[in-house]
Order: sequence, then structure tokens, then C-alpha cells
Amino acid sequence: MIALKNISKSFGDKKILENISLHFQPGKVNMIIGASGSGKSVLMKLMVGLHLPDTGSIEYDGQDYVSLDRNERSEVRKQIGMLFQNSALFDSLTVEQNVLFPLSMFSPGSHADNIKRVNFCLDRVGLANTNKLYPAELSGGMKKRVGIARAIVLNPKYLFCDEPNSGLDPLTSIVIDELIREITQEYNITTIINSHDMNSVMEIGDQIAYIYKGRKEWEGDKATILTTDNQLLNEFVFATNFLRQFRDKSR
Amino acid sequence: MRFFFHFGRYLLLLKQLFKRPENYRMYWDELFRQMVAIGVSSLGIVIIISVFMGAVTTVQTAYQLISGLVAKTVIGAIVSDSSILELGPTITSLVLAGKIGSSIASEIGTMRVTEQIDALEIMGVNAPGYLISPKILAAVITIPMLIVLSITLSISGGIFVGDLTGILSAQQFIEGARSSFLPYNIFFSLTKAFTFAFIISSVSAYQGYYTSGGSLEVGQSSTKAVVYSCILILLSDYLLAQLML
Repeated sequence: MIALKNISKSFGDKKILENISLHFQPGKVNMIIGASGSGKSVLMKLMVGLHLPDTGSIEYDGQDYVSLDRNERSEVRKQIGMLFQNSALFDSLTVEQNVLFPLSMFSPGSHADNIKRVNFCLDRVGLANTNKLYPAELSGGMKKRVGIARAIVLNPKYLFCDEPNSGLDPLTSIVIDELIREITQEYNITTIINSHDMNSVMEIGDQIAYIYKGRKEWEGDKATILTTDNQLLNEFVFATNFLRQFRDKSR
Repeated sequence: MRFFFHFGRYLLLLKQLFKRPENYRMYWDELFRQMVAIGVSSLGIVIIISVFMGAVTTVQTAYQLISGLVAKTVIGAIVSDSSILELGPTITSLVLAGKIGSSIASEIGTMRVTEQIDALEIMGVNAPGYLISPKILAAVITIPMLIVLSITLSISGGIFVGDLTGILSAQQFIEGARSSFLPYNIFFSLTKAFTFAFIISSVSAYQGYYTSGGSLEVGQSSTKAVVYSCILILLSDYLLAQLML
């Protein structure tokens, strides 16, 4: 289980996150929502160890990541898979080589076994027979799928997704959301998603935390998000006319 | 103050290169890929500049030594010594700083701004070790080889043009070159080659690794890599000459 306790982070004089405490449910899709610039991405980078918090602790199964040494952190990182906003695929490698990379680096298995695992993961994300393509030859949705395949190839315990729907059309967004939900359930992964896409939140979110200007403003499940009295969350959730009308009609 | 900040950060980055690789085979494969990218792909430009360097030096030396009191073999001695001591290592390295330096900085810089380096770190890979150490090692192996080739071709270019234009015969050129040859000059030249190779690869990698922003900043890092590499090559060229000659 991942637990954040009193996390704060500043860059220079600019305070990005202030005293954030969160618990993420194991085996569920946990969503962090908030407007652009609210600190969601920094929070995720802290959780995966790309930055260290100024104060507070980040606990993986009760172990404080911040106080671990480099080798211990490396061990924790091997349990993490991450899907980046822009997929972050290695440009110079093919789809197969991209997914194979973490296996070749860390798996003791033979090359043939590793290739078998790569093909399984690519097949799982619906990209069989794309092995020899380069990232430049893929669409945005395909890149996200390769990113997911690479993230799950080492059987991670935790899957982090930073804005998985950004830059995708609504139909592809739904496909990616479904894929993330299915993978979370199939492999019992604890998934944490950064998003400001309310459609995605309502489709796949089990537990939701709302970040506003670097502070945790609200935490709950999707059943309560539409009925909460929290003014700031309501402004965010019902920002579009369509959703406002939907809410007013429901009342 | 900024100089000390960058120098300190550069040293800390270099320190990270000495961590144990996660998988030796992957680093080995990457080393060979980089040796091709840095060494083999630079062959064309090195061949062209080296031949012309020797040819032009021969013509200009002959132009300046017009007196009948100076033996023509002196031209061979000057061109060969200049090729070994300065033209081969320094001019070739300055050209390679432009070609390899910008390529290393823009490759690593693009990986930084597109989060590919973050992806490596999240996987648990020592990103500086995997991305930078094979490049430095490949440069330190292949650039001295290119410089030896450059010296050979520069002298050959001088012999060819001297003979072709009637300035001096190939035999006179070789006689002059042999009369002034000192084995220590080769040692000095190779010392420069290793130093310049390290400067080009490490300074460019540093510029790329700490790129932040977007494509504009990648371009700026690439330019800085070339400019700083050239300045440091010239500075170390002077220091080595002062210390070793």
C-alpha cells in the first residue's frame, strides 16, 4: 500500500505542495484530479522518486521511500510501472525493443523468454504485430498502449499514469481507460492516475483525491463526488455547461 | 559563482558514471552502438579535412619559405610536425566537437525534455551511467584512432600536393619528415587526443543531461556544448603544450 504523510514541496520560493496526506487503495484505480498547475504531476514525481519531498514521508508497504538508500530505492522502483503523459518511449528503439528494455536490463530470463513476455504484453494491449515499428510511426493512442505494455512488462505492483488521456480523442480515451481498469483488476495492481478528465474519473476511478493549489481539498469515491458540498470541487467537476445542466436536471 | 555551480554539478554527474552497471551486456551493446555513432560516422569528415589540412599547410609553408637558402626538405619537416603536434589532434577535435558534441547534447537533451530519462530512472536504471558512460568510453576509444588517421592523411595530403604541384618531391618530403621526427611527439599528440575526446563527450553530455524546457532549450544546449567544448579544447591544448613540451 502507498501512503503519503504530510508531504510538502517547494521549488525555490514557490510552494508547489503543502501538507498532503493520502492513502491509496491497493488493487484499485486511485485518481488524483485537479486543474492544470495544481501540483498533481509534482506529487506523482515525488511518489515515483524523481524528486524528494521537503517534508513528510512516502510509504511503500510501510517502508519510508525518502529514508531509503540508493540501492533500496532502486528495488522499490522495480515494483513501479509508469505511463507518461507523452508516453516517453525511446525514439531510437522499436516497439519491441522499448517493451523489452526493462526485461533485458533486470530480468534473469533468456532472450527467447523475454521476447515471449514482450509479445504477450503487446498482445494484451492490442498491439500484436507492431514489434518492428518505431515510435514515430505510431499514433498517440498506440504510443500510450506501448507505454502501458512497457509499464507492465515486469509485473509491477504499482502502476502510475500521468494524464493518460491527454491528446487523445474521446473514443481512444475510453479504450485507454478501459485497458487501465482491466489491467488493474487482472494483475491486482495498485493504480494511481493523474487526470483532469472527469469522464475518465467517472468511468474508472475507485478512489478520488482533489488537489487545489497544492493542497488536498477533497477525498472520496465517485459516488459522492457528484453530491459533495465542497464549493471548489463543484466548480472543477461542473466546469462545463453540459455537466452543469446534467446536475441541475438530476436535482 | 555560476562557474563553480556548473563545475560542481559536472563533477557530481561524473561521479554517478562510476556506479556498478545494472546489466553489463546492455552497457556493452550500448558502447558498441556509440563507437559506431561517434567513430565510424565521423570517418568521412575526418578524411576530408585531414587531406586538405596537409595539402594547404604544404602550399602555405612553401609560400613562406621562398628563400633558396632553406632546403625544401624543411617543408616536409614542418608539415609533418605540425600535423602530429597540432593540426591532427586540435583541428580534428574542434571539428569533432561540432559534429559529435552537438549530437550528444541534442540526443540527451531531447531525451530529457521528452521524459525518456525520467522513464529510465523510474525503471531503476542509473540514467547517467547508461546514457553517458558508453558515450565517453566510445569517444575516448575512437577519437584517438580518428586523430591517428587524421595525422596520417594530413601528411599524405602534403606529400601528394607537394609532388603534384612541383613544390617538393615525395622523397624530399619524407626525408624532411623523418629528419625531424621525435617519437615523443606521438605520445604528446595521443595525450591531447585522449584529453580532447574526454572533454568533447563529457561536456556535451553534461549540457544535454541538464537541459530543461523544450526544443528551443535543446538547441541552446547543443550550441553551448560545442562552444564550451571548443574553448576547453583550446585551453587544455595550451596547458598541455606548456606542461609537456
